Order: sequence, then C-alpha cells, then structure tokens
Amino acid sequence: MMKSAQKTKILLAIGAPVLALVAAFLITSLVLILAGDDVGGVWGQILSLPSDRGYVNIINSATVYYLSAVAVAIGFRMNLFNIGVDGQYRVAAFAAAVVAGEGWLPGYFNTALAMLAAVLVGAAWAGIAGLLRVTRGVSEVISTIMLNAIATALVAYLLRKAAVKDTGSNITATKEVPEGSRVGGFKLFDSVPATVYGLVFLAVAVGFTYWFVINKTTFGFDLRATGSSETAAVASGINVKKMVVISMLLSGGAAGLVGMPLLFGNDYAYGSTFQSGLGFAGIAIALLGRNHPVGIALGALLFAFLDEQSNPLQILLDVSPDIVKITQGTIVLTVVIAYEVVRRYGLRLEQHRVASALGDETTLKGAKA
Amino acid sequence: MSVVTDAVAAVPAAAKKLSYGWIMIWLAVGLVLFSALRIVTGADDLDSSGTLRATLVAAIPIGLAGLGGLWAERAGIVNIGLEGMMILGTFGAGFFGYFVDPWVGVLGAIALGAIGGLIHAVATVTFGVDHIVSGVAINIISLGAVQYLAALAFTGEPGGGQTQSPTIKSLPSFTLGFLSDPLSDLEQKHWFVVSDLAAIARALVTNLSVLTILCLLLFVLTWWSLWRTSFGLRLRSCGESPAAAESLGVNVIRYKFTAVVISGGFAGLAGGFLALVASSTFRDGQTGGRGYIGLAAMIFGNWRPGGLLAGAGLFGYTDTLRLRGGGETIHGLLLLVAVGLILMAIWQLRKGRRVAGPVTGAIGVVIGLWYFFSDSIPEDLTGMTPYVTTLLVLALASQRLRMPAADGKPYRKGSAG
Amino acid sequence: MNTTSTSQDVVVRLRDIGKRFPGVVANHDVNIDIKRGTVHAIVGENGAGKSTLMKILYGVQKPDSGTIEVNGQQVSLSSPADAIAVGVGMVFQHFMLADNLSVLENVVLGAEKLHGIGDAARAKITEISDAYGLGIEPDRLVEELGVGARQRVEILKVLYRGASIVILDEPTAVLVPQEVDELFGNLRGLKAEGLAVIFISHKLDEVLSVADEVTVIRRGATVDTVAASSVSSKQLAEMMVGSELPDPSTETSTVTDRVILEVRDLTLPSPAGGRDLLHDIDLVIHSGEILGIAGVEGNGQAELVEAIMGMRPGASGSIRLGDQDLAGRSTRDRREAGIGYIPEDRQRHGLLLDAPLWENRMLGHQTRKPNINGPLIDRSGARKDTQRIVEEYDVRSPGIDTLARALSGGNQQKLIVGREMAGDPILLIASHPTRGVDVGAQAAIWNHIKRARREGLAVLLISADLDELIGLSDSIRVILRGRLGETFDPATVTPTMLGSAMTGAEA
Repeated sequence: MMKSAQKTKILLAIGAPVLALVAAFLITSLVLILAGDDVGGVWGQILSLPSDRGYVNIINSATVYYLSAVAVAIGFRMNLFNIGVDGQYRVAAFAAAVVAGEGWLPGYFNTALAMLAAVLVGAAWAGIAGLLRVTRGVSEVISTIMLNAIATALVAYLLRKAAVKDTGSNITATKEVPEGSRVGGFKLFDSVPATVYGLVFLAVAVGFTYWFVINKTTFGFDLRATGSSETAAVASGINVKKMVVISMLLSGGAAGLVGMPLLFGNDYAYGSTFQSGLGFAGIAIALLGRNHPVGIALGALLFAFLDEQSNPLQILLDVSPDIVKITQGTIVLTVVIAYEVVRRYGLRLEQHRVASALGDETTLKGAKA
Repeated sequence: MSVVTDAVAAVPAAAKKLSYGWIMIWLAVGLVLFSALRIVTGADDLDSSGTLRATLVAAIPIGLAGLGGLWAERAGIVNIGLEGMMILGTFGAGFFGYFVDPWVGVLGAIALGAIGGLIHAVATVTFGVDHIVSGVAINIISLGAVQYLAALAFTGEPGGGQTQSPTIKSLPSFTLGFLSDPLSDLEQKHWFVVSDLAAIARALVTNLSVLTILCLLLFVLTWWSLWRTSFGLRLRSCGESPAAAESLGVNVIRYKFTAVVISGGFAGLAGGFLALVASSTFRDGQTGGRGYIGLAAMIFGNWRPGGLLAGAGLFGYTDTLRLRGGGETIHGLLLLVAVGLILMAIWQLRKGRRVAGPVTGAIGVVIGLWYFFSDSIPEDLTGMTPYVTTLLVLALASQRLRMPAADGKPYRKGSAG
Repeated sequence: MNTTSTSQDVVVRLRDIGKRFPGVVANHDVNIDIKRGTVHAIVGENGAGKSTLMKILYGVQKPDSGTIEVNGQQVSLSSPADAIAVGVGMVFQHFMLADNLSVLENVVLGAEKLHGIGDAARAKITEISDAYGLGIEPDRLVEELGVGARQRVEILKVLYRGASIVILDEPTAVLVPQEVDELFGNLRGLKAEGLAVIFISHKLDEVLSVADEVTVIRRGATVDTVAASSVSSKQLAEMMVGSELPDPSTETSTVTDRVILEVRDLTLPSPAGGRDLLHDIDLVIHSGEILGIAGVEGNGQAELVEAIMGMRPGASGSIRLGDQDLAGRSTRDRREAGIGYIPEDRQRHGLLLDAPLWENRMLGHQTRKPNINGPLIDRSGARKDTQRIVEEYDVRSPGIDTLARALSGGNQQKLIVGREMAGDPILLIASHPTRGVDVGAQAAIWNHIKRARREGLAVLLISADLDELIGLSDSIRVILRGRLGETFDPATVTPTMLGSAMTGAEA
C-alpha cells in the first residue's frame, strides 16, 4: 500500500507543472489568436530544436537564473519572501565590479576577493530587511520592495561617481576586470565560437550546497521547521529571530553571486546596460521548481529556453518576442494554482488513507486542510 | 508566545485620529515653515505654483495606485500586482485614447486594470494562492502582455512605434483667467506667507485637467463608501475578520472579489492618468515603479484615504522637485527635515524614549551638517525619497500603524467557528 | 427518545442528520427536538460531533443527509444568512468579532437593513443592552473589551437580529464562575421571553444547573434526550462515553526528596505595562512528584510554562533544574538540560502539520541522538525511533511518512508524548495534555504520565480539567492573576474548593 501511495505522490508532483505548462500554452495561443498572429508559426519556432549557439546561450542564461532562484528559494524555505534579490544582486555586482576593476590582488585571487565582496554586500543589503523584521516587525515583502528601489538609485549614483568615461561612448561603466581575473568559458560545440560560462560550475556548487544544507543538516531542519510553523519552531527551541536574520543573510549572499557569471564571463564591468530584472525571474523560477534544487534547474532551463527560442520571432514572423513573457508569467500563476489544488487533493487522499488503514472512521477529527 | 511578528502587535489606542481642527493648525504651521524656508534658502521654486501644479499631477497616479491598494487590503487581499495593473492601464489609455477618444481611453485604462484585478482575485480568492506570488506573476504577465500588444498596435502608426503610442488628444482642462493672473502677480512679489498662499491658489485654478478633479473626488468617494455605507462596512469586515463576517451571512468571497477588481480599476486609472494627463502618449516603462510607491503611500497613510493622500502628496512633491532639476531646491528641504527631526527627537526624549530620541536627533544633526557642507543633492539620490521615507516610517512608527487584521491571510469558505 | 411534545412547541426538529468529511463521519443519525421557552443542552465528549452539528444548524456546513425543520417548516440552510433569516443565531466558542471595529459595527454587520449603520442602530443596541442588562457601549472598540463583555456583544448580535433560537457553543469555557452565573441569568431571561436556547457543553454540572432538557451525543450520533431533572451527572457521563469513565487517579505516592525543579521569585512584567503577568512565583517539584496548577484560563498558566521553557524574554528570577541554573539560557539549552514539553496547543506549538511523522519526531530534539550525527541529520536513526514510538505509544497511523495533519487529535498527542519521553527528561511540563482527545487516548496518556512518575520523573501539570488535576497530582497549587496561591492536597480537596480558590473567593 505504501508503494501505491508513493506512486500517487510522485504522479501528483509531476502532474501540477505539466498541467500548468498546458494551461500556459493554451492561454498564450489564445492571445496570439486574438491578436491575429501566426500561432502555428510561433510555436513552430519556439518548440524547434535550438541551434548550437542557442544551446550555449540557454545554458548561460539558465546559470544566472538558477543562482537567482536559489537565492529566492532559501527565503521561501523559511517562509520569507525575499523580493529584494533584484536589488541585492545589482548592489553586489556593482561592488564586485569595483573591487575586481581595481585589481588589488593578482589573477584569480582578485576574482575570489570580488566574489567575496559580492556575497558580503548582497548579504548586508538583505540583512537590512532581516533586521527590520526582527527588531521592528516590518514585513520583509515591503522592506525589500523599498530596498530594490533604493538600490537602483544608489547604484546609479555610485556608478556616476565610479564610472570611467570611454570617449565616444555614452555608456557609463566601472573599470574593466583585468584579463587575468576573468573566468573563461569552455566550448560545447566546435562549430560556434560561443562558450559556456566557466562559472556554470559555481551555480552547480551553489545548488548542491543548498540541497545539502537544507535537507541533510540540523541547521536546514531548523530552517524548514521555522518556515513550516514559526510557533512550533519557537516551542522546539529554535531561535526564530536569529534564523530570520541568518536566512536573509544567506539569501542575500546567494543573490550576491547572481551577477558573477555575467561580470566575469561576459560584461567584465558593471555598467548601465548590466542585465536587470533577474530577481523577479528568480521568484518565478523558484516557485516553478518548488524550491527544489533540481526543480529549480529545470525551471531555469525552461525560462532560458523560452527566452532564446523567442528571439528570432521578430525577424521571422514579425511577432514581438515579448509574447513569451506572457507564457512565463502564466506558467508561474498556473503552477502555483495547480500546486495548491494538488496539495488539497493530496491531503484529502491522505486522510482517506489514514482512515481506511485504521478502519476507524469516526474518531478522526480536527484534520482540516 | 513570543514570535517575530510581536513587534507590530497592537499597542492599545495606537494611531489616534487627528481632529479636523488640529489638521488645519498643522497645515498652517507647515505653510509658515515653508514660507520661512523659502525666504531663508532663497529657493523660490520650493512652492511656486508651477511646482505645486506639477506636484498635483505627480501625486495623483501615486494616490490612485494607493487607493487601489487600499481597496484590496481593506478586504484582506495584499495587492503588489498594482504595478502590473497600472501598466495595463497605461496601455488601455494609449490604445483606446488614440484610436477612439481620450475619454474612452480613461474607461479603457480602468477596464484593463480591472482585468488585472480579476486575475488576482481568481488566483487569491478562488484558488487561495499566496497574495504576493500572484501579484509578482501579474506584474510579469502585464509587462509582457503590454509590450507585446503595444508593438502590435502602434508599430507603423504616425509618431508611434514598438514602445510608444502616437500623441493622444488631450482631455479638457480649464484655467480661471480672472483669478489666475492676479494670483500670479501676487506670487511674483515673494512676500512671506502671502505669496505662498497665492501660489497654492493659483495652482488650483490654472490649467487644471478635468480628470484631475475627478480623481481627487475619488478619494472622497472611497472614504465615503468604505466608512459610511453598509457595503463598506461589509468589505472592511472581510479584511478584519472574514470568519466573523461569514458567520453573519456576509458573502466574503463576493466582497473580496469585488474589492480586488475595484482595486485593479483604480490602478488602471492611475496608469491611464500617466498616459493621458501627465504626458500625452503611452510609453513602455511609463509607470516607473509608481505602483510600488502607491503601496508605500498607503502604508505611510496607515491604510486610510486621508493619510494616503498626504503620502502621495509628499512623494509626488519630492518627485517633482527632482524633475524640475531641483538639486538645489531639494537641498533647501534638507534644512527643514533636519529641523523637523531635531524637534521630533526633543519630543521623543520628553516622552522618555531613550533610544529612539537620540537616534532621531543624530540623524537630524547629520542631515543638518549635510545641508551646511554641500550645495546640492545628486538627482539620483532624491529618487530614493519615497522609499527611504517609507522604510523610516515602518521602522520608527510601526506601533502606530494598523493594517487590517486579516490582511494577506488566505481565507476559505466555511471557516466560521 | 422524547416524542411526547406537541408540534407547536417544537421550534427545531433535526431528523437523521449525517455529515462526512474526507475520511471522517462527523455526524450520523442525529435526531433532536428543541422546544420554545427551554434551555436545551447538547453534551458529548470532545470530538463527539457537537460543534459540527451546530454549524449545520447555523448553515456554516451543509449536511449530507437528513432534514431540518424550523418552526414546522422544512428548511435548507446553505449559509449563515439562511439560518439568520429563519431566526437562528449562534454564539461561537471562539468569538466571531473583528477587534479593530467598534461594537456597533460588529453588531450591525450583515444586518444593516434592520436599522442602518448609524444612530438608529446605536439606539437599538442601547435598548437591547438595557433590556437584558448586558451593559454594552456601542462605540467602544472590541479590542478594548474583556472576555465576558465580548461574549455579551456576541449575544447582543444574536438578539439584534431578532433570533428566536440561540445556539451557544461551549460558552462557559472562557468564563470565571461569577461570569458563568451572570450568563446563566441572561439565558434564563431569554428563556422567559420564549426563546429556545441551545447550550453546548461538556461540563455536566453546569448543564444540569441551567438546562431543561439534555441530549447526549456519542461518536456523532444522538444517544438519548432526557429531562435534566431526572438524571445525575454521573449517568450523563456514562451515556457520553458509553462505558465507565477512565480514572485519572494515581496510586501510592512516589515523591522523593530530590529536588528537580526549583523556581524562585519568577516575575514576568507585562510588555504593555500594568500588572505583572507573573509575580514572585516560587515553586519546587521533586523527583517522582506531579505538581498540578489549577487556575481560570488567562491567569498566567501559559506564561508560567513559557517562562520556564525560556520562551519569554524579560522574565526575571531564578530557575534551577537539578544542579543547573537555567536563568538566561535559551529554550534549546533548557530542553537539552532535560525538560520535556507537551504544549497547550499541539497543532500550533507541538507539530509541523505538513511534515511527516518522523520529522515531527525530531522537532525539539534536533540536537540529540538518535536524530542526528554531528551536524547532520541521521535519517535512519530518526525513522527507526519514530517507528518505536508509533508502536509503543499506539499512534494509529499507516506509516511514519504520513503527514501529521492527517492524524486525529488523540494520535497527534500520543506522538508528542512519546517524543517528549524519548528525550529522557527529568522534568515534564504537560500543558492540558488531554485537551480535545478521545477517551481512549486520554487514558493512555494518563498511564504514560503515571509510569514516568513512578520512574522518578518530575511533572508540572497544567489543566483546566479539575478531575484530571486532582486525580494525577501529588499536590495542587492555584494560580490567580499571575501569583501562585495556596497548596492543596488532592486527597482532601474537592473541585468546589479549588473553584473558589481559582476565582479568589474566600473558601
């Protein structure tokens, strides 16, 4: 009996995202039809096999998404909503770019120092929200939204101060990272010059560490217990305030790494064109992947895939590639709805199972969804 | 049980309401202070009629977004999808305003915002999805949808393009010339208090859009319908204690649903105002985070329309000074903030608050020193004002804030008892 | 079954009501007649289905089968609005009031059509309040009101709607005896006006003092309806459980002179200012001793427990466990020093409802063997020990991967007891250990506590069930307004004596 129960559980877990994908597919198609665009052509392009270059791009942008989503997921496991990953990674990437640009240390020591700076700055920026919550009871949702906007203004201001002006260019950016401190990529295909970020391994390491700490350590147990029931956590001897601050710091620290593959593998400087909005994509992907390290990886690849495959739509079909943002947003909304529906259904199943296993229906009370 | 959220637990009789008389007295004090500040610093643009009119135009979208937040949160639904619904509103105004008529644009903005609200309502009320999650998703969807639709609608139109609409015809506006001109003369004299009053009066009779007046009326209408009608009582009860409301036969689901759709309509109108009055085109990225500022204004205003209006005014004012190249003007404001903080510190110390008092005082002194040792504030930093203010209000005055008791909590039918 | 009444007298007639929840039968074959001008009590043990039945009569839940007649008309109640329309009103066990709204707003909510939401309504509220002596001021905020006043607001809400049938679900649970007397006075007033009052309770003495008729419910079904004058509380109790009640009383004393817990001058100031929540508490518990704490709810029991557990920052005074000083140490330290803790609200404080049983086994013990191995979780160790607890403590569950939420209250509580005993505590703090559990689990939990006492455990027992306190404890102390009062010997004390000490009345 356990076997079949286990099977239902797995089926339900897979069923929800599949359901969400189908729903997102239908809704997007509906939008395309209403707008009079070529539905078949759009899906034909998006669902085709990527080019060699496309694979590389997908892996690269999934790497960045992944880090962002893990940062968000750390908060989620504690029932903390870190909307501020967006601000945290930008402040952190700026700080790292400045440190790396100065080149105080040689070669990879410089890289390591810059990454350390990124982690510390990201953690500190998130820590403000954590401290406000434990000392003043300010909801981290509101404070991180505010901190995002403050980060935007602060980075713009500091960038103006720290920028080096290229003559003939109106792009403001920090000093370039010295050649020796850059992290080179590796080739996936010989046919294209594009390379996969070397720091893809950083994402893998972060994902593994996340999985290990959350699931295998007592600290991870404390974190999950607090997220599951704050009151029960207090009674069990967990210092919840400390956990709130620590997990905000960890989440912010992870957020600090989001910009690193871009900084050391692509841009080599922080400028006004540095990719923005990664934090919000991270929220979406963490939700999609249910905070599970493998689920998040799949979600990140899916988002990156949609981004990459929609790029040529404008040229090929005269359809704005922004259509996939509708798809992505719809996936998030439908996936959380699907998870909620499945959760309720699963709980009902479990209650039935408990009742029938005991053959003692009338004593079962107080088990509400 | 001591859990983290205890810090915001109710302190009895928090947030006493200001009486009408006191509000008038404080307004008068503020006016005198402002006038004095203008004369001391010589920053005449601090309260010129141009600044004030621009403030009004900047404050209304923030205030409308805040009203959207207010309607939803009074019914217990947190709506951080306001930004997305505003974006939908800008497009609605641009599309219907350009292709049909600016008034239809207003309706289009409200309708598209309300559709965003409807999605939020279905997700949070019907399916019990976390309110924040749904809000984030709506922000993503709206942004993508509007970018996609704008490219479809405006590419190839004269003056339009992928990311912006052609110019939309203006909504009617009016100027009371017989009042405006003499007031202008009076304002130019730069007399203490008198000229300031003239500037305020002139801002209200010159080049005022009809939509501006309608939007101001919506604040009164919101207050009246939420606090003076049985509809409003039922709606608020859903945010305070849905179980109690349900136990008395109130259809909680319906009220929450209605509130969130109305909330979306307000946010849509806020976006429409940006496209139709504050500028005369739809542009991608036009909202610039004003949905979030609206939310901040609502918190600043303690979930009440009057306070929200004050918050929107404050945030609109700082935004205006920034846009009017007011590095120096805002620099003048530093002095006011410094004096205000030091006065507040003295008051806190007399109330026996040994930690908050010195902290406030120290911040005041630092800002005062900043005033004396600088000439101007960088424009980038002034953009932070609404956000920093909100964080400070939350951090320093959280005990006085009173959000609806069941705000953000999931509700399912049959929870009475 | 009472079938002699004439049909005019019967205002509510329930026939064959049945209600199922997923995996649970809450009610079946319920048949009750309620007559006008009477107080009709419905009694049954925890989980017997009383509350579900009343929610059905008030339209919160729909029955799966059976019929409801009100005033001779068959009705279908699909929302409280339907119930209110036919004259049914309900005062819930957990008050249904919005704290941040005024009394007026709470009362008129949903009934705005009657007298508006302004002065007419205010006048009507004052009129009803005066007529029944409820003493309600319409413009006060509900959050400023005490428990008794809140309950009177709830009754006023029902009267304001002109209800002729008033349901009160466990109304005395939160009241002190004087307030109970006042309430009963009010109920007699309602009865005299010709209203039908339905009174849910499991406190049999109260039931017999106020009710005219009593219906007993057991395992979801009606057992019988009897006249209150013709039955004793012992007879009622046996009808409720269908057999002899389990007996909490302990055997011979096992108290030693080895001091386990010594609390001196424990004071906890109120964060809002005003009277201390706990004031100069002194108590000593020896190995093998059960110290019972009696008190009306809200007099500092919860605070005392949480202060000893280290969950209340701001507590001063000394707390010693064996030879260790606990003052200023964290909850986790205190647990590791040998305190086991059965919290008052098991769902909020004792369990992770959405986690499997074996993870719940770790909760509160996540720093100790067999759950961990250094900084890592020892999954197989924890699972093995969970299996042991499930077997030894008779936790009825299909497996240890079942979610805690899916278990019944009694089985959840047995898991908690087993978990806390597994930590080899020297002191057990048991806060209402058998509240809301069925009779079988109650007896099992009592046996576990008794066995541990024989083995030398010191127990601090907090309970609202005076029979449980008297039966299990070696000595009983009364807590009143944050202060510990006299000590009673359970061998000689009666519930009445405890009751007067609990309210501060002279014994």
